[in-house]
Amino acid sequence: MRRFSAFNVVSLTLGFAFLYLPMIILVIYSFNASKLVTVWAGFSTKWYGELMRNEAFLDAALVTLKVAVMTSTLATVLGTCAAYVLVRIHRFPGRTLFSGMIYAPLVMPDVILGLSLLLLFIGVNIDRGILTIVLAHTTFAMCYVSVVVSSRLVAFDQSLEEAALDLGATPFQTFRLVTLPIIAPAVISGWLLAFTLSLDDLVIASFTAGPSSTTLPMKIFSAVRLGVSPEINALSTIMIGIVTVGVITASLMSKRAAVQRLKEEQTAERS
Amino acid sequence: MPQKVFAPWDDPAEKPLIQFRNVTKRFGDFTAIDNINLDIYTREFFALLGPSGCGKTTLMRMLAGFETPTEGTILLSGQDIGPVPPNQRAVNMMFQSYALFPHLSVWENIAFGLKREGKDKATIETRVHEMLKLTRLEKFARRKPHQISGGQRQRVALARSLAKAPKLLLLDEPLGALDKKLREETQFELMDIQEKTGTTFVIVTHDQEEAMTVASRVAVMDEGELMQVATPDRIYEAPNSVYVADFIGDVNIIEGRAHQAGDKLQIDWAEGQPALFAQTDKNFDMGQTCYIAIRPEKVAISAERPQGANVLQGKVLDIAYLGNLSTYHVQLPTGHVVKAQQANTRRISRREFTWEDDVWVSWSETAGVVLDK
Repeated sequence: MRRFSAFNVVSLTLGFAFLYLPMIILVIYSFNASKLVTVWAGFSTKWYGELMRNEAFLDAALVTLKVAVMTSTLATVLGTCAAYVLVRIHRFPGRTLFSGMIYAPLVMPDVILGLSLLLLFIGVNIDRGILTIVLAHTTFAMCYVSVVVSSRLVAFDQSLEEAALDLGATPFQTFRLVTLPIIAPAVISGWLLAFTLSLDDLVIASFTAGPSSTTLPMKIFSAVRLGVSPEINALSTIMIGIVTVGVITASLMSKRAAVQRLKEEQTAERS
Repeated sequence: MPQKVFAPWDDPAEKPLIQFRNVTKRFGDFTAIDNINLDIYTREFFALLGPSGCGKTTLMRMLAGFETPTEGTILLSGQDIGPVPPNQRAVNMMFQSYALFPHLSVWENIAFGLKREGKDKATIETRVHEMLKLTRLEKFARRKPHQISGGQRQRVALARSLAKAPKLLLLDEPLGALDKKLREETQFELMDIQEKTGTTFVIVTHDQEEAMTVASRVAVMDEGELMQVATPDRIYEAPNSVYVADFIGDVNIIEGRAHQAGDKLQIDWAEGQPALFAQTDKNFDMGQTCYIAIRPEKVAISAERPQGANVLQGKVLDIAYLGNLSTYHVQLPTGHVVKAQQANTRRISRREFTWEDDVWVSWSETAGVVLDK
């Protein structure tokens, strides 16, 4: 292994400072006793208490959570279906067009996507609320799911599906009993990706939300326009905490599973 | 009582299990299978042999139902199986990659097909146990595929494909992933299992030794066509073309012009060299191009000029020492190289010939096969 030179240390420090300094400052100020965001007046957890009593924030959090769960579930189902067809069926008219079009929303500016959805909802006369946000979020989240799932399907040994058919399974049984269990990790990461995308979307939600369906990012954004309050710092810290715990647990679990598997494979070959 | 030789293909009363009738398969402009007619009989161990891309895998996949013929019909027990989807055919396949379901245990892998048939629990239990016993896998029933070795995985794949007691079992390069020693053991195990279960096996392989060892009959394929279908000894001893002779084993091929000389054929093959003689049932026109194919083990090598029909002089160019055998590459004055093989019955230090020695190679009139293509 190469030693750390002074240059490497500086690069590392600069890079990570750039990434994490803003968040560290935010976390520190969430424990500030003062109401003024920029002045430090000693350690306190009172803003966390305040937050818990703030009904508007809690309502918004609940709306966000509902939207995220519904979005990620719907997006996972649709995205997996799309990925399955695009990867498995090699020749059908317009396949290239379809596979290109499924990725278009990934590069489409949020503003345009939000505006077009708003026009659509007005056009077909749906009352704007949680449902419209879910529909809007699903449109772009399912592309991400489809990307994640299709990369797994491409690497998938197709003879497994043929073997299932050969042993008498119907095409649907083959999907349910063989394909789905094997691509499950990709489907789960697709779900989580859709969940986080929906959780932090501000632009599209702003276009498609109704008066009674303010999501947390919308709430925070409007609150910040009136001035940053330590309450928001506290809320953000909680969110950072949840994400950190989730990511660390997931990576530890997958690492342990990989190590376990390698050990078992080695014992099997030796026996 | 004399033991009856297993040769249903010679019995006109025998009904074939599988019949390919004028089967052609095209992928776009590419013809993978070109108008094939082939009968395979019950209890046969039939090998499809050929280089990669010769169409052998396509032929097998049509039997499994993963490909449909572009033209022609395939009959299984007299029934056209063209419109039958793979999950409704009494045919099972063992995949080259084994295709074991990674999320299921060995037991569940073997039970997969039985469960799809809707068999009751006790029947499944008994059958899976039978299969585990047949393939000596009882100890590994609860393991997942990644927890067992390559040879064991191969046996799981075999057990799984046999569990439903198919009429026909297809094996796609079943031993390709095993090392040489294990492969040889497994070949005999396969033959043993085939005999015990009485299932008809069709095996696809590019390994000619494997085909010769396991098969009752071998079909040699090239570019979507059947070159020859015959028993292993016929394929080896009486190939019908230079292609088959060259594909199976080692062979010397000498091209020449045919002259009928009484009951045998005289072959003029080079200026200033004595003509070669061979016996053949085939008729050749005067001056027709023909090829004589002689296996190296049927060519004798000696220091003194021997008596015999075909005697040629040359120099030892190369010696391939294989332990039990040595193959001598003898260069003739014409530039042709004739391979002669000898069993090493004496220690290597007492070898009679060495490089650059002048030697005589010879073979009898019946040793070679005369071919017209």
